[in-house]
Amino acid sequence: MRGGSSEISKGIDGLILWLYVILCIIGITSIFAATYREGDDIVKSFLSFRTDYGKQSFFFGISLVAGVAVLLTDSKFFTATANLWYTFGIILLLLVFPFHSNVKGTESIIKFGDAFQLQPIQLCIVFTNLALAKYISRVETDFSKLRSQLIAASIVIAPAILAILQSETGLALVYFSFFLVMFREGLPAIVLVVGFSFAILVVATLLVDPNILAIILTGIAALVSYIMRRQIKRHKSVLFWIISIWAICVGIQRFAVPFIFDHVLQPYQVKRIYDTIGKDYIPKDAAAAADIEKNTAAKKQDGDYNVKQSKIAIGSGGLRGKGLLKGTQTRYSFVPEQRTDFIFCTIGEGFGFIGSFVFIMIYVLLLFRIVTIAERQRSAFSRCYAYGVASVLFFHITINLCMTMGLAPVIGIPLPFVSYGGLSLVTFSIMIFILLRLDKDRQMVLR
Amino acid sequence: MPVFNQSRQTVIKLIFAATFLIIVVRLFILQIFSDKYKLQAFDNAVYRKVIYPDRGIIFDRNGKAILNNTIIYDLTVTPYEVKKVDTFYLCSLLNIDTAEFKSRILTAILKNGRYRPSVFEGLLPIELQAKLEENIWRFPGFTLVERPIRTYPYSAGAHLLGDIGEVDTAIIRRSNNFYQMGDYVGRSGMEQYYESVLMGQRGVQNLIKDNRNRIQGSWEKGRFDTSATAGRNLRTYLDIELQQLAEKLMANKVGSVVAIDPKTGGILTMVSGPIINPNDLTGANRQKNYARMALDVSAPLMNRATRGLYEPGSTFKPIGGLVALDLGVITPSFGMGCAGAYHGCSKVIRCEHHNPGHAANLRLALANSCNSYFSQIYRMTLDNNKDNNTKKGYARWEDYMNSFGWGERLGVDLPNELPGSIPDTTLYNKVYRNQWNSCTNVTLGIGQDKMQVTPLQLANAMCVIANKGYYYTPHFVEKIDNETAKDTILKHFRVKHEALTHIPDEAYEAIHAGMQDVVESGTARGARIPGISICAKTGTAEKYTVLDGKRIKLPNNSMFVCFAPRENPQIAIAVAVENAGFGSTWAAPIASILIEKYLTDSIRTERMKDVERIASANLTPSYLKRKQFIADSTRAYFYFNLRKDSSYIKKYLHGYKAGADTKNKPGDKKKVTSPGNIVFAPGHATLPLNEAITHEKSNSNKTIPRYKRADIAIAADDKHLKKAR
Repeated sequence: MRGGSSEISKGIDGLILWLYVILCIIGITSIFAATYREGDDIVKSFLSFRTDYGKQSFFFGISLVAGVAVLLTDSKFFTATANLWYTFGIILLLLVFPFHSNVKGTESIIKFGDAFQLQPIQLCIVFTNLALAKYISRVETDFSKLRSQLIAASIVIAPAILAILQSETGLALVYFSFFLVMFREGLPAIVLVVGFSFAILVVATLLVDPNILAIILTGIAALVSYIMRRQIKRHKSVLFWIISIWAICVGIQRFAVPFIFDHVLQPYQVKRIYDTIGKDYIPKDAAAAADIEKNTAAKKQDGDYNVKQSKIAIGSGGLRGKGLLKGTQTRYSFVPEQRTDFIFCTIGEGFGFIGSFVFIMIYVLLLFRIVTIAERQRSAFSRCYAYGVASVLFFHITINLCMTMGLAPVIGIPLPFVSYGGLSLVTFSIMIFILLRLDKDRQMVLR
Repeated sequence: MPVFNQSRQTVIKLIFAATFLIIVVRLFILQIFSDKYKLQAFDNAVYRKVIYPDRGIIFDRNGKAILNNTIIYDLTVTPYEVKKVDTFYLCSLLNIDTAEFKSRILTAILKNGRYRPSVFEGLLPIELQAKLEENIWRFPGFTLVERPIRTYPYSAGAHLLGDIGEVDTAIIRRSNNFYQMGDYVGRSGMEQYYESVLMGQRGVQNLIKDNRNRIQGSWEKGRFDTSATAGRNLRTYLDIELQQLAEKLMANKVGSVVAIDPKTGGILTMVSGPIINPNDLTGANRQKNYARMALDVSAPLMNRATRGLYEPGSTFKPIGGLVALDLGVITPSFGMGCAGAYHGCSKVIRCEHHNPGHAANLRLALANSCNSYFSQIYRMTLDNNKDNNTKKGYARWEDYMNSFGWGERLGVDLPNELPGSIPDTTLYNKVYRNQWNSCTNVTLGIGQDKMQVTPLQLANAMCVIANKGYYYTPHFVEKIDNETAKDTILKHFRVKHEALTHIPDEAYEAIHAGMQDVVESGTARGARIPGISICAKTGTAEKYTVLDGKRIKLPNNSMFVCFAPRENPQIAIAVAVENAGFGSTWAAPIASILIEKYLTDSIRTERMKDVERIASANLTPSYLKRKQFIADSTRAYFYFNLRKDSSYIKKYLHGYKAGADTKNKPGDKKKVTSPGNIVFAPGHATLPLNEAITHEKSNSNKTIPRYKRADIAIAADDKHLKKAR
């Protein structure tokens, strides 16, 4: 027996495991603080799994069991079955369309009875991560070629498109974090720069008057041409590039963004984006207004209220916080969704700046440790997978924290290991345990 | 594989670090930089429930509670809990329809939300409350909530006790935000003056509420809660039975009665007519009654005892005599011949008496109230001094008046007391460009000219004469329950003002003798009470008013001052009845009845007839009716212009003629027994109409005096009505 257990624990990165356990315990405590009502029998409710913190502890237990199972699996199993899992995930996602049940304005959940529900889009993150790692690590893949890059991108984007079709924009965006992995594996930096510039351009389009923005863009183009006038004299093509980039920017700003907002995104999503940047969104017609009405009604209160209350909760924590179970904002349900997406409020209000800072530093430590682990892998598969884990966690953590502090739109992304939600906890746990399992065999070259 | 990309881990780490740096900075700004979120969180979650203490009770001299607390009920509703209510029955009980019911529920939701109770119907009458209490089980979501209000068990003393009302923004500002919106505070009378004593100390309970405003328990286990302390009671000198009797006597009269105990300065009775019932201004009908009283031109809400200004008339004469005696310009035996008028100045002053010898000495002159005598001694007071300087003489005379408490505020424990008026030499210098002498204002000697006093000041002057020189500032409150050294509010009432004790007792005795003769054999024989020596003085002051652009002489004000008994004064009274005629006709019997009641604690049966006669007499000046009409129609015209709604003025179109008719009704005249009743000239009613039409034609109605505009409104009615329709 002793030999067995040492077999499992041998070569496992203790730091990550401990950080994982600490985060899960912080999560259960926070959910407890957010939902506990005076007079509840704590022991009983923990054991009966009827309360949210009881359920979360239960899922923590399941995660540990699943984690042990993962650790007992051969690491070659993951490389061998990566594509299979991915196919399975895509099929699940497709099955959602006929079988989904309409819960809280999303169309991405399949319900099995009352007790258990499945959101394939969450599970699919793990599968996509495996598949991407598998594809990049193939001997025949030369990632410096555009063709390979496009295939890798489509592996990532396919589930994202399905997610958008299921009205889960937030989780769809998570898939874009895999571009960080590709960047590490040789995707030209220009792609990230262009992507980032594109995001800035879109935000600017929303904030600045279209004509003024066009003038600004023209000014920038003129300035660049002036600075590069020597090069332009030598190569006329430089001028051509500048003009075409300018034309594309103006085109995006004048036509593409309005087109996307009017025809691609749902009006309520547009409204949320506008809410985040602090502008009023005027629905273009009655149907759009009705859609906003429907979706905000389904979500009970709009994002604006959530963010305001959440900021009050975090802000009222001050330096040291009010202490566990003493936060008035979180104790008396002023923050909606405070056990799921807005769980950080409980920490911010209860433990103040010091507590929140320590909490964030735990995440930072975890992320940097994962990157370090990624770099010590011999096999590209493990490295890609580890980077995938880091990227997904990074995206979840930053967007969620920014959301609660009013820096990002409310798009419903949970805080890994901490937010209430069985499936999310189990998914992230399996992700971490697969990483640990792969890391255990870091000297092996997995194909 | 691609080892050359290893450097990119640094880039990724940098991206991570930069992003988290932004998050930490944001967190720092949120949590450390601004306090606003802390306050918002406190506002969100903590509900400061103010606990109002019982206000103090006011007792009269015999320990009867004359201002007390009682509880009435509000019907409140919690919209969230309203399910399966017998709406129809509830509506029939409250006498509202279902539409009104729905709109009230909606208002409640808008005001306090679905989860907190709001007032559905406030201040329920007793019968309705009983019915609702029986049937409350039929109305889930509705509850009866106690609400303490003030009550006046004797229905007397409205003006002096005052009332409470909600604070307005001005009071909140003045109190440095001590009061909060919705607090009740004394708004007049003793309720206002003794606010700090009566209010007690508010308690605060900090309660935690959730996102739906439902109370979740106490905050921090009640560590910051304070408990309420009840207000302290006041013990007054007031004699509530005397007060009730005085109010009965002053029914349907405009004027005032003040009775003071000269030994202590304690006010026994203070009445201001028109009488109002203090209970009209509490509870369910407060709003309605207050509005009616505030718009009444006879100003029933004004306390005429401290704010009514009257020419003292002949009641000034004892004081004039006293001053002359003290200055040595006359002796008690000084006399003069009077043949019915005073010819010392170019202006002839008429006297009521012309039999020779009615002013043979001070005592006779007082008893007969000789105008010539007192005009003469007034002039002597001013002129006969060392420097023969009239102005210096006047200043000296003015000092005497101020010593009596005239021309300056006495400092009674009621708010908004008026100082009256004793004009300064500067005023006469200005008006007469320094060219004036004792003849210019000779009528000051008989209490006319620019001299104006409040009934309280008159009564106080009587106290000085009765006490032979000293007085205490008139006040109501004898002591506060549980009085401590910190209570300075009563301090200045316990100071003996030895204002005129330097006047020799003989001078006082001479005046007392004259005043006693007023009752025994002089102008106020009707006020005599066997076995009680009353010193008194009647007064009759001329009054004028401007009505419809004309100066009209009104019936004289009936004035009376007295104190009794002469040997050991226990009560000093001043009575003023506006436009009632001679002082001896109405004011004297009122004072006499009060003295009898106070000193013998009963009224003789033959006197009861007098009581009934006076109580049932309606002396409300008839010109008020016309003034009321002008005020009402002017206001109606104003709103008609504002809203273009002819219903505002409609009533006055027909009411105008009806009003003119009632004015000339013979029955109406009978009630007003005083001579010199104003009878409007026949055809008067049509006169302004004609004027108005001409004005309307010349389109210059902006220059028309305000009082005429109502008439114009009526004349121009046809035109406007057509437009409005």
